Amino acid sequence: MKAQVHAGGRGKGGGVRRANSPAEAASCARDILAMKLTTAQTGGTARSVRKILVEKAADLAGQFYAAILVDRRSARATLVASAEGGVEIEKVAAETPEKILKETVDPVFGLMPFQARRLAYGLGLSGDTVKSAVKVFSGMAKLFDAEDASLVEINPLGLLKDGSLVALDAKIDIDDSALYRHKDHPALRDTEEEDSKEREAKELGISYISLDGDIGCLVNGAGLAMATMDIIAHYGRKPANFLDVGGGASKEQVEAAFKIILRDPNVKAILVNIFGGIMRCDVIADGVVSAVKSLGISVPLVVRLEGTNAEQGKAVLDKSGLEIISASDMGEAARKAVELVS
Amino acid sequence: MSILVGKDTRVVIQGISGGHGSFHARQMLEYGTKVVAGVVPGKGGQSFDDKVPIYDTVTDARNKAGANASVIFVPAAFAADAIMEAADAGIELVVCITEGIPVADMVRVKRSLEGKPCRLVGPNTPGVITPEHRCKLGIQAGWIHAPGGIGVISRSGTLTYEAVYQLTRLGIGQSTCIGLGGDPIVGTTFMEAIGMFNADKGTKGLVLIGEIGGDDEERAAEYIKKEVRIPVVAFIAGQTAPPGKRMGHAGAVISGGKGTARGKIEALTAAGVRMAASPAEIGAAMKEALEKGGKGARAGGRTKK
Repeated sequence: MKAQVHAGGRGKGGGVRRANSPAEAASCARDILAMKLTTAQTGGTARSVRKILVEKAADLAGQFYAAILVDRRSARATLVASAEGGVEIEKVAAETPEKILKETVDPVFGLMPFQARRLAYGLGLSGDTVKSAVKVFSGMAKLFDAEDASLVEINPLGLLKDGSLVALDAKIDIDDSALYRHKDHPALRDTEEEDSKEREAKELGISYISLDGDIGCLVNGAGLAMATMDIIAHYGRKPANFLDVGGGASKEQVEAAFKIILRDPNVKAILVNIFGGIMRCDVIADGVVSAVKSLGISVPLVVRLEGTNAEQGKAVLDKSGLEIISASDMGEAARKAVELVS
Repeated sequence: MSILVGKDTRVVIQGISGGHGSFHARQMLEYGTKVVAGVVPGKGGQSFDDKVPIYDTVTDARNKAGANASVIFVPAAFAADAIMEAADAGIELVVCITEGIPVADMVRVKRSLEGKPCRLVGPNTPGVITPEHRCKLGIQAGWIHAPGGIGVISRSGTLTYEAVYQLTRLGIGQSTCIGLGGDPIVGTTFMEAIGMFNADKGTKGLVLIGEIGGDDEERAAEYIKKEVRIPVVAFIAGQTAPPGKRMGHAGAVISGGKGTARGKIEALTAAGVRMAASPAEIGAAMKEALEKGGKGARAGGRTKK
């Protein structure tokens, strides 16, 4: 019985149980549905379990790891497989990388049968099991290509005593950028597996990730947003979120983004860090002022505006009558925000 | 001196009539870039702002207007085709600004570029700029740059502006600034960009702005250790990013555990690179490194070749 959440590492987190009778199955299900599951892949947050996969317990003669994904270095889809690993596969990859078999897929030809055979023999398989493995690997490569997946993983791929193979668990990641050519993909989305604030931001075209600190951040650009989190930590506090309004956000997007921060009860101070290149600082200022007018603000606000139309942006903030602590560079801005919450 | 773009760069803009394309075409022209052509299929024979001739194909732009570099603004669904068209037409440098190109498309693009004399920068990049020659291929704010001797290589956009502006305000100009792009698959890596700067006599120091993910910075560190003798300053963004929410183990399996901020910082430090303590101190770190000479991290540093 397996907890169905969008994360791996569930077995170690207690989300996978074996039941030997219907009564045991019922009690396992109750336990799993009541649990808050935290694994190495849930990003530090606990997940509620809403669904359970029930499948026949397999009497395994062996188990393998198999996945296909794009390798950045070769810029090709790569099928990786290992006879060792299972739930410890990451440890195997870090400590004994030679035990990970790899086949690079040429996008012109796809995964060739000889490559699938080489993997199967490399895993120590023989006889008809090799044929089954070739079918599994070729199918994974076809699925990866046809659905614009960024990951297809079977872990574990179980070997039964009769020599047949069974996929005991699988995960598929889809490339969001390719959604436009897969009209059937949005229907597969499970919004309950997504953070509500993150979902709201995504629908507005903004990148937002909630974190466990107390300084809310509004920044333009992902790199600068990450660097803003880093500099808050450098001065000894933690950010409440990652928020990138993007390179060309409208006043409405900025306003909506700022409202997401204002509604976060953990936020004790807000830091706005903008380097306007194409983004105009006055647009940011307009959005911030509108958000505060409609929701009010009860925490201190530190603003650093630099770049295109910075003076106009500062004028908008001055005219609004809001109490704003301004800073001339990102170091000063972060120091001031940290002092306010310390 | 500079790399990739300079006084002989003649630019064609693919997608010059779109919202982004037209806005940035004007910005590039205003900065001083030699924009010699635009390409919009179906609009051949027209002209952009009565200044720039528009062609139906990149081949025409190259043959008739002498374009040797391209900047791409076409939507993500058509960007792979646009890159391949430019490479096939014999364009030597292609800067792809478009973001959100499907990864599978980029796999095919990289395959098609193999063996072709074409360098791709990006996608999802702010572009390439050489201040000395007023040559800007991209969406950067031109005014934050100043001519000088520092090469800037980055995977980010606005964080690059932050670093460049810190340098400019300290009176340290730039030879060329390159945005590599934030996508998993990009045309030019840190190592390739460092190699080009290393061969450029006008570049006296390097600023690298990396990010968590991938192992491009680690590979660059190996190269710097062996080949680079000018001062190098770096900052890695995402040091405090929590372990990502993700699915499956394959990412870690294929990278063998690489890609963390700590791993990148250790590799770069071991290569003699001076790490900026915070993103507000990138410019100051470069200033110190230039004053001390050598590669940057060690007091006294190494002597130049």
